[in-house]
Amino acid sequence: MHPFNYYAPESIEEASKILEKYGEKAKCLAGGTDVLVQTRGEKFDLDAIVDVKKIPELTELKWTDSHLVFGAATPCYVLYEDPKVCEKFPGIIDSAFLIGGIQIQSRASLGGNLCNASPSADGICSLIVHEAICVIAGSSGLREIPVEEMCQGPGRNALENGEFLVSIKIPLKDNKFSASYERFIPRNEMDIAVAAVASSVEMQDGKVSSCRIALAAVGPTPIYAQAASELIIGKEPTEDNIKIVSEKAKEIASPIADMRGTIEHRKDLIEVLTRRTISKALERVGV
Amino acid sequence: MVSTPENKNYKVIGTRPIRHDGYDKVTGRAQYGADIKLPGMLIGAVVRSPHAHARIKSIDTSEAERLDGVFAVMTAKDLPRLGDVVRGNSEESGSEKHLSENVMAFDKVLYKGHVVAGVAAKDQNTAFEAAKKIKVDYEILKPVIDVDQAMSKDAPILHEDYTCDHLGKEVKNSNVAAHVRHENGDLENGFDKADLVVEKEVDMQTVHQGYIEPHSGTAVWDEEDRVKVWTSTQGSFAVRDSVSKVLDLDVSRVKVTPMEIGGGFGGKIPIYLEPISAVLSRKTRRPVKTMMSRTDVFDATGPGPGGKVKVKIGIDADGKILAAYADIRLEAGAYPEAFIEAAAKCVFSCYDVPAMKIDAYDVLVNKPSSAPYRAPASPQVAFATETVVDEICKIKGYDPIDFRLLNVAEKGTRTALGPKYRTIGLKECLEAAKKSDHWKSNLNSNPKTGKKRGRGIASGYWFNIGFKSSVNLSLNPDGKVALIEGSTDIGGSRASIAMQAAEVLGIPAEDVRPSVVDTDSIGITDVTGGSRTTYATGYAAYNAAHKLIEEIIEKAALKWDISKDQIEYSDGVVKSKTDSELKMTLKEIADDPPGGPIVSSASVDLEEAGGGFAVHIADLEIDEETGKTDVVNYTAIQDVGKAIHPSYVEGQMQGGAAQGIGWALNEEYFMSDDGVMLNSSYLDYRMPIALDLPMINTIMVEVPSEEHPYGVRGVGEPPIVPPVPAIGNAINDALGLRLLSTPMKPSRITEALKRKK
Ligand SMILES: Cc1cc2nc3c(=O)[nH]c(=O)nc-3n(C[C@H](O)[C@H](O)[C@H](O)COP(=O)(O)OP(=O)(O)OC[C@H]3O[C@@H](n4cnc5c(N)ncnc54)[C@H](O)[C@@H]3O)c2cc1C
Repeated sequence: MHPFNYYAPESIEEASKILEKYGEKAKCLAGGTDVLVQTRGEKFDLDAIVDVKKIPELTELKWTDSHLVFGAATPCYVLYEDPKVCEKFPGIIDSAFLIGGIQIQSRASLGGNLCNASPSADGICSLIVHEAICVIAGSSGLREIPVEEMCQGPGRNALENGEFLVSIKIPLKDNKFSASYERFIPRNEMDIAVAAVASSVEMQDGKVSSCRIALAAVGPTPIYAQAASELIIGKEPTEDNIKIVSEKAKEIASPIADMRGTIEHRKDLIEVLTRRTISKALERVGV
Repeated sequence: MVSTPENKNYKVIGTRPIRHDGYDKVTGRAQYGADIKLPGMLIGAVVRSPHAHARIKSIDTSEAERLDGVFAVMTAKDLPRLGDVVRGNSEESGSEKHLSENVMAFDKVLYKGHVVAGVAAKDQNTAFEAAKKIKVDYEILKPVIDVDQAMSKDAPILHEDYTCDHLGKEVKNSNVAAHVRHENGDLENGFDKADLVVEKEVDMQTVHQGYIEPHSGTAVWDEEDRVKVWTSTQGSFAVRDSVSKVLDLDVSRVKVTPMEIGGGFGGKIPIYLEPISAVLSRKTRRPVKTMMSRTDVFDATGPGPGGKVKVKIGIDADGKILAAYADIRLEAGAYPEAFIEAAAKCVFSCYDVPAMKIDAYDVLVNKPSSAPYRAPASPQVAFATETVVDEICKIKGYDPIDFRLLNVAEKGTRTALGPKYRTIGLKECLEAAKKSDHWKSNLNSNPKTGKKRGRGIASGYWFNIGFKSSVNLSLNPDGKVALIEGSTDIGGSRASIAMQAAEVLGIPAEDVRPSVVDTDSIGITDVTGGSRTTYATGYAAYNAAHKLIEEIIEKAALKWDISKDQIEYSDGVVKSKTDSELKMTLKEIADDPPGGPIVSSASVDLEEAGGGFAVHIADLEIDEETGKTDVVNYTAIQDVGKAIHPSYVEGQMQGGAAQGIGWALNEEYFMSDDGVMLNSSYLDYRMPIALDLPMINTIMVEVPSEEHPYGVRGVGEPPIVPPVPAIGNAINDALGLRLLSTPMKPSRITEALKRKK
């Protein structure tokens, strides 16, 4: 590791200028709970670290008519200490409350979790099932993409040179909506998902009007399992119908075998966790 | 419980004073290995082999030497070449050549992470950058990863030049460094007459001690060829011996100052970085500090051996054991010595076995050279024995405690290696287990929905070593006592040793101030290991305190001009037996005593303390869908001899249980086919964390050792022995599955459940 520059820009424009100048040799710093560990571990060779926490939009949390919007660097604890976020989006809180322990949650952000693009990240699946939108800044202004398009491969995201994530927008729903996230780890804390699932459901007239299922640690990126989600739309959330969805999710999962788990175990876990998270989401909407 | 030899009401022993080192440790003031900073100090870094097995063709250090800020570079050529002399340290053996080559490889690397070169630079970053510029050309060889492969016909050989010992025969070109056999009684006849014979083979994974403080070594080599070393170690004298051998210096040229130690469990007995820092210091004439990362610790420091253990036990129609056979194959790692004698000693230690035969193999594999890990080799063999015993009980419908009581080892029982047990307390532990709230409780009281519960029990043993210790005492003018010792304090031994001196002197534990000092400042003291410290160093403190009383009486006699036999001492007061006017407190006598200050010293060289036994009960809750196991209730019962400081004894019992639960459920060296450990971080080497463990209940049984004035036995090691089989037996109870490989992790449970269906 060699010495590098530290920047703490105070505006979006300033930040994108610095990022553009350094290109590959710069990294954003939100909570730093990934980037500092990785830099020390010599995962990359940096000339600059750009701390984005001084940019107001990056740590702001607000409600618009249509969305919950929070800055990309908002630490997890800010989310789970906000009663309204807890009430409206318990599925997001499942993730925010799970990442690391209290110390980590005081720094770590969902934006950092997303940009880090780990296949086993605990925040990304929840964002996917909430139909979250990424607000991205670059030299030519702002653009928006659906969160499921953000991860491109392990550690690779959709940001272009000089771009960075400003905020995450979660659409507000009219109908009864809720979600749930569960990961499997052999221990009870401080572990990395062997497999994980987020599920969301929206209910109308006793039937599932929309559903999203996302899978983690069973592919090169978190997976939006759209083909599984669709199998229950328009149907009643019976045990049999849930089972059909969870079997499909298992089919979609394409894990590798490594020190954290076998292929078979991971696929089996996806089936179990899909069932459990759909049931939990249903329980949360009062079904 | 049973009364202790001195049979009196203790004032200090059995109480729970605040440990003498407590404030320093909780405030962060205590200095651990890497905390040392010396004027002009350089930072060392090492180059480690990326290959598990390779020949070193050449090493090019020129580019590193040219780097700005680099002061010196070294390879194994800078170490003296040592012959195959066998060393005789208490918990280690092997040859000097191996000791040196494990520090730095000469012509062959034998495990991933094996050190091949070192560099000293102005700071850490420069040292790392320089290490990267050292170019090593390897001829890669096929690695040997486990005992089966190592013992197969066409296995690559790790040590072509090593003479192996196979039942006394000298053998070359083998990966079996040693094969030993212990036999007594008529084995065949025993099995022939048996009503039931059960045999099982278990497969244990390599595991790491996982101490929180990584290794470091700091050294200064001065102009007089004297070497000063600062390190975190379980034995400063063991480090002195090893460093002086590797550097080919007289022991008196080496002075080792032990820093505080952030855990060891046996793994801080071997040396790694100390000679490297010393040689780099010789080249630069500056102090050099070299430190490991966590990955270095996993890759290249002493794990506990994995291996395969087969046990066969035959019983008669009444349930009495007639015969037992064991085949033990343990991974020594890169250099010999996987504690196979200890394994043989422990495998049937809990039972009275009339006929037995034990074959044990010390097997070389391309993994880091194994180090002691808490009761070395005993958990490995207990897994096999206690699984077989549980299976016998299941088949026959015996109560597992009653079966163990029927066959219990007790005073007079002949042990595997010959000698008979002196007083031991296994029977008392089993009886205490039977009476425990846990054993009597209902297993299935409010389980979580959809989960299965199971209960398992297992017993275990460690023999507790003795050896040498020294203690000096001096009475200060304020009437308090300074206690100087050489036992580095891992688990509260400052307190447990000081308390024994305080008991003898009849003063509060706080009035004895213990200090752990360097190797020039105290007599030889063997390692803090083998559960010997409270026993042996405590014994030295006991003797030194009695000598101090003699001194006090002698000085009082001089002062009062009366004869010594008219004087008595008790509870911090020396007084005349006849004249009530003649009386002095420790403070009064210590103030300018005639003929000089009051001091004493004592040393001991002891036999084994007498075996320590533990019985553990584990209740599990298992999610059949995911294979996740939660320990919901756990009780550790142990014969502790005499608990000097009960809180620390309980702490040892709980800590041992926690580590054993880790072995059972999740810990393993997950190796690639190339012999590289893939999970060399605490994220993926899954030791249990606080949330994975229930409160571990402890029941201390006190059957005093015959070898110690207070009956101390040593308590640190027995508690890691029963957990693996206790958990395995509980899984079997819950699911009807015998898992015979560690770790019994979730994927193994779901796979086994599928096979069963
Ligand atoms: C002890 C510990 C435990 C952990 N436990 C978990 C866990 O249980 N689950 C889990 O999922 N993760 C865990 N992590 C990983 C990490 O904490 C999370 O991924 C966290 O959400 C990262 O957020 P951060 O704000 O710290 O990101 P940072 O480390 O600041 O950044 C992460 C990455 O995103 C980039 N980045 C950050 N912000 C932006 C931005 N606005 N625009 C563009 N790029 C950006 C950075 O350059 C970097 O590459 C753990 C880490 C530690 C150290």
